[in-house]
Amino acid sequence: MDQFFQQLVNGLTLGSLYALIAVGYTVVYGIVQLINFAHGEVFMIGAFGALSTYLLFFDGQTGVWILPIMIVGAIIASVVTAVAMERVAYRPLRNAPRLAPLITAIGISVFLQELVRVFYDRIPFADFPSAKQRIPFPQLDGVSGKAVEVGDVTIQRSAIFTVAALVVCAILLWYFINRTKLGRGMLAVSQDPDTARLMGINVDRIIVVAFALGAVLAAVAGVSQGLQNNNIDFKMGFIAGLKAFTAAVLGGIGNIQGAVFGGLVLGVVESMATQYVPGQFGGGTWKDVWAFVLLILVLVFRPQGLLGARVVDRA
Amino acid sequence: MTAMLEVKDLEVAYGKIVAVKKISFSVEQGQVVSLIGTNGAGKTTTLRTISGLLRPNSGQINFMGQPIHHVPAHDIVSMGLAHSPEGRRIFPRLSVEENLLLGAFARNDTAAIRTDLDAAYALFPILGERRKQPAGTFSGGEQQMLAMGRAMMSKPKLLMLDEPSMGLSPIMMKVIMTTVTALQQQGTTILLVEQNAQAALKRADYGYVLEVGKIVLHGSGRELLVNDEVRKAYLGED
Repeated sequence: MDQFFQQLVNGLTLGSLYALIAVGYTVVYGIVQLINFAHGEVFMIGAFGALSTYLLFFDGQTGVWILPIMIVGAIIASVVTAVAMERVAYRPLRNAPRLAPLITAIGISVFLQELVRVFYDRIPFADFPSAKQRIPFPQLDGVSGKAVEVGDVTIQRSAIFTVAALVVCAILLWYFINRTKLGRGMLAVSQDPDTARLMGINVDRIIVVAFALGAVLAAVAGVSQGLQNNNIDFKMGFIAGLKAFTAAVLGGIGNIQGAVFGGLVLGVVESMATQYVPGQFGGGTWKDVWAFVLLILVLVFRPQGLLGARVVDRA
Repeated sequence: MTAMLEVKDLEVAYGKIVAVKKISFSVEQGQVVSLIGTNGAGKTTTLRTISGLLRPNSGQINFMGQPIHHVPAHDIVSMGLAHSPEGRRIFPRLSVEENLLLGAFARNDTAAIRTDLDAAYALFPILGERRKQPAGTFSGGEQQMLAMGRAMMSKPKLLMLDEPSMGLSPIMMKVIMTTVTALQQQGTTILLVEQNAQAALKRADYGYVLEVGKIVLHGSGRELLVNDEVRKAYLGED
């Protein structure tokens, strides 16, 4: 039983990370029907933004009060990246066939990875380490270090941070979308962009907001990942992005609750598979296989996703 | 005095297909002006061009003395021009109240928006009774009321209605048409596009007949109602 709860904790931690990133895929898809495959890089750049903030201003310190400032640094880096990619790469392709922005997304993804890999240690006036190897992520009091023991279940402090971050972000996001004017504008654009324009809604601005919103959550996820793994690297966004995309499809792409739910389900399934699949198909090496098997099963038997995708409904 | 809305030599095309061919018409302040014609005559295209969703190939659109044919759609609303589109196009998964509030998206006077929300509920009591209900669950007539209420939430000087009677029962149609008259009496200028020529011309101060992208006839509502060609083509009489 303890093993079960241990895997549940591991799964929810992993799942919270997927969920934070998955929201970005789903929010953008809901507004412009675009899969932003460079979103994993927004997450990666968030982690580098946090690291840079730390190295520039707090190098060597360990106070937990630094964490919020690192998160702000992460958010700035991610939002600037996401908004710039929308403006430079996606907006000119707004009316192009859907394959064009998709290929562009892959191009941006490679571009951003290489940008960080080659240029991170060449940023002027900053003494950053080379990103060609993994870079240690700062460990802070309270969110890293000795794990919490509940019975026989071990809970890492970074795991508590990740889950708490998901809860806070989900509540704020819900409030923003359902209780603010701008959020209402987003809902309108996702249901009927032309009519939204007749309401006086600037669709281009709503699209920027969608990219920025996804970037904020990806940035928080980047910090979480750094705290959990103790290090970050330029290609961390690839597999995390792929998993988060899977989570978004799993929950129903375009559906925000679906992305959160899909992320948690995916994380728990991976962890449980590691523990409970017997023989040679069990263990950590096969967990990615089980994650994508789950995706294939959902696509075959419930293609709209677990909670249902954004449906084109016009009465 | 110049007209509130003035359309001059407007030409609109979808690719190579010209849907609206150099039409000119105008709407004076306080009037109800009807644009009638069959399917494919270019009525909806004309309205979508006026509200900025489509761009004209050539020609001019002036609203309150200002050219608007290069103004983005989302800025036209705040100039005082509202468009209730064909097929109502309410936001189905949002509540009645959210739909109405979206109509006021371009405004920032929160207190006045609340007042106008109450005015919309007074105009259409059914909307007030179901303010929390998703709009997609409504009947066609109720959705039309919502679409009109939503358009009025932007406090327009000119309201463009695209086929408000489409698919409605005769009773519901009467409600909608009575509302058109009521809105006119409250001081809103109305450009009414209809296939139902009888209903539209009865209430119109002035009317234009559109046929395959061209205006073929125009006159006061009463004149057009008794015009032989109109009676044959649109009122089903020999």
